[in-house]
Amino acid sequence: MSTVTHTDEDLATTLGPPAAPVSAPRRTDPGRTDPGRGWRPSLPESAASRAALFFIAPSLLVIGAFFFLPVAAALALSLTDFDLYALADPGTARFVGLKNYVELAGDPDFWQALRNTAYFVVVGGPLSVAVSLGAALLVSSKLTRWKGLWRTVFFAPVVTTLVAVAVVWRYLYNAEYGLLNSALGAVGIEGVDWLGDPAWAMPAIIGLAVWKNFGYNMIIFVAGLAGVPEELYEAAELDGAGWWARFRHITVPELAPTFLFVGVITMIGYFQLFAEPYVMTEGGPLRATVSVVYLMYEEGFKWWNLGYASAVAFVLFALMMVGTLIQLRLQRSDP
Amino acid sequence: MNRRLATTLLHGALLVGAALTAFPLLWMVSASLMPTGEASTFPPPLLPSAPTVEHYLALFARADMGRYLLNSALVATAVTLVSLFINSLAGYAFAKLRFRGRERLFKALLAALVIPAQVAMLPLFLEMRALGLVNSYAGVIVPAAASIFGIFLIRQFALSIPDSLLEAARIDGATEFEIYWRVALPLLRPVLVTLALFTFMGSWNDFMWPLIVLTDDDLYTLPVALATLTRERVQDNEFMMAGAVVTTLPVLVVFLALQRQYVRGIMLGGVKG
Repeated sequence: MSTVTHTDEDLATTLGPPAAPVSAPRRTDPGRTDPGRGWRPSLPESAASRAALFFIAPSLLVIGAFFFLPVAAALALSLTDFDLYALADPGTARFVGLKNYVELAGDPDFWQALRNTAYFVVVGGPLSVAVSLGAALLVSSKLTRWKGLWRTVFFAPVVTTLVAVAVVWRYLYNAEYGLLNSALGAVGIEGVDWLGDPAWAMPAIIGLAVWKNFGYNMIIFVAGLAGVPEELYEAAELDGAGWWARFRHITVPELAPTFLFVGVITMIGYFQLFAEPYVMTEGGPLRATVSVVYLMYEEGFKWWNLGYASAVAFVLFALMMVGTLIQLRLQRSDP
Repeated sequence: MNRRLATTLLHGALLVGAALTAFPLLWMVSASLMPTGEASTFPPPLLPSAPTVEHYLALFARADMGRYLLNSALVATAVTLVSLFINSLAGYAFAKLRFRGRERLFKALLAALVIPAQVAMLPLFLEMRALGLVNSYAGVIVPAAASIFGIFLIRQFALSIPDSLLEAARIDGATEFEIYWRVALPLLRPVLVTLALFTFMGSWNDFMWPLIVLTDDDLYTLPVALATLTRERVQDNEFMMAGAVVTTLPVLVVFLALQRQYVRGIMLGGVKG
């Protein structure tokens, strides 16, 4: 296929700022034939459907059997008392209606997990977005040299294995010989027992999460910033607008769609907190780092209360939906 | 502000940011080379007094790290190859073959992207148990054999393939599969490389599902093995750091070699459909 060289150009146009829909048809494409103008496909529709069915069947089968079916089953499971005994003999599981949900509402452990997760999402999420934006602004500045190098360094944590870096950070946070406390000590600040103090364990986990994730959003912000028309800044500069004014009145509004996208994916990701507490604190101290997913894992795979754990999973799902809708709404009401 | 001063401040901030970002990774490597116990002295040393690879040797000799490395490589490679084939078939069909209900089906798939994977995990475990796939490589690979994100990525890219090319092949008598295999796939190569990279790293770094479905430590992938090791050997810091290096280094190297493609994946996926 050496004669076909259009794909790279297509990609370049495809890779515009995130605001531009990729699927926009390229009107200039000479190869695109308009079916509405007397053109008839050589492939009859029935044959196309047969081929398409054959093409999409494997993926639909996998996604249907190992995602859609389990999600539906989770809803059903959450209405049963499926437990360790049912695992041995599923016949012993009974339909209990909303009992699991009612029990959840009265379970202090669940409320604790919910509070911890909310803390992580509400503090960690915006912090992560702010750091991402800051890094993107630094990297994207006209004055910045070696942009690729900075981008690569900032991005490196994103591709690392979470479990491995959680092991490293647990060590950095060590109260006795951790480097963080020793660095704080060097500037005269008394150290903290980061992972041993219930008040500090979640902030410590947020620190790791922000470090690990900010590079991803940074890349999206860099693309968004590249899409802001340079003339806007030039005009504002002529009008005497300072750095802050340009940022507030040009960058922020121009990036609005990027903010929405980044906000939603970050929130969704942060709601799923699990491996950090699993590796660093095992949910402690005093259950201060038990997240909703961690609780689901414990109830489901440690105590084998699969019915109860499914109810936990569905509450998580509902919360994420509400969070997403709120962000969409906020975005729409913005000027 | 003076332009020269602004440039200096900017690069100062970048330098501090980069140092803070890189530090945990550099330090992980440094501590992994320290003799046993040195990393737990006060004040913590930044560099090993006498670099040693004893912990790496111990990892492979005593902690079965070679086995876990192989497991991870095997699982990630299998997931990548299988899902690339299955997702590209579907992505191509959604972009280029007309069939009834296509748009509605695709929209339904996209909408399902908001469902967190954890919701499916409890019944999925029961399902895997019924299929006899718990504690097997297949138990990790099969649920990852297709992904909505992968289909979406391929479709976005496949939309740019000109219909005339496919028509020409049809007129020449090629079957639909031949057209996909011989005409579309070569054109999709850039996005296939990108998706392969994404999938490989995602699978390599995946933790929760392998933790659930793999019960026998012979089959553990690196993250699961490392997490288990951490709980057993809390005190042996240098050893754990070596384990962290072995787990992270392969993906870091792959990323550094192919970062263009990886970043392209973020951009392609980062665009709302």
